[in-house]
Amino acid sequence: MSEVTTLDMSRIEAEATEKTVLGFWAYLMTDCVLFASLFAVYAVLHGNTFGGSNGRELFKLPYVLVETMALLTSSFTCGLAMIAAQKRDRSQVLLWLGVTFLLGLTFLGLELSEFHHMVLDGNSWRRSGFLSSYFTLVGTHGLHITFGLIWMAVISILILKRGFTESMLKRLTLLSLFWHFLDIIWIFIFTIVYLFGSLNI
Amino acid sequence: MSPKVSEHNAHPLSLGKYISGFLGSILLTMTAYMLVTHGSANKAVVVGVLATLAVVQFVVQMVFFLHVGDERKPRWKLLVMFLMLGVVLILVGGSIWVMNDLNYRMMDSPQQMQKYLKSQDSL
Repeated sequence: MSEVTTLDMSRIEAEATEKTVLGFWAYLMTDCVLFASLFAVYAVLHGNTFGGSNGRELFKLPYVLVETMALLTSSFTCGLAMIAAQKRDRSQVLLWLGVTFLLGLTFLGLELSEFHHMVLDGNSWRRSGFLSSYFTLVGTHGLHITFGLIWMAVISILILKRGFTESMLKRLTLLSLFWHFLDIIWIFIFTIVYLFGSLNI
Repeated sequence: MSPKVSEHNAHPLSLGKYISGFLGSILLTMTAYMLVTHGSANKAVVVGVLATLAVVQFVVQMVFFLHVGDERKPRWKLLVMFLMLGVVLILVGGSIWVMNDLNYRMMDSPQQMQKYLKSQDSL
């Protein structure tokens, strides 16, 4: 009898999680629309350099490739953390979350350093329509990454303090969706902003 | 907790899927990168290939990392995603279309515009 009740309880819990995940998914899709509008602005403005440098002169592709690989690998290690979470393996979850966090931090550091050098060279967002749209698009992605990192740190601390509970699994599922989603947005930033920019399109 | 909880997951995560998604993404990214740094093909062709590679990588990550299509019916996640794709296509495609058309009609510079208007005898 009690066996049935726990089964029912866990089924109800699983269904509740499914609903939460769907809600979060809907948020991610609207976030996609936000990025799409920024991409549209970039597509319209990227030729308006106002006599300043264009993408071909500004972007260092090998540098951006390192950034891309860091983010892609962090997306993979985030998946490994999720697999460990399904096995309720607390130390493995913490290990892979830590690796993901460090890779994400590397990505963010590289991006901020890139921004810093551009601004120092007089190519800030105030220079031209192209640079305004560039900083808005890439900066918004960077801001998402920053929030993702904070979220990751909070979850890691909670797991350390309270152990790996069912509610942690739910939070981790949402975080992993968010993190994979940011990697997908980056594919398009890499292709449209950096690769197309280097081709001078 | 007990293994019963995880039995309720419709799709237990598999390491193989993550690895294939990861390797596929690396391959696609490197191909796109090499095409730009080492390629000498026609620009229009390169742009077409790059766009295709990006879309393929989008699908690869959606399937292998975000598990799109794994859910049980009714597939709300898939439905919401297609709605998003529709909105994105209208938004981006529409903006580029309208602004290019505007650029075309406004011509390149104010000087040219003046010349055109004068030639039309409307100034």
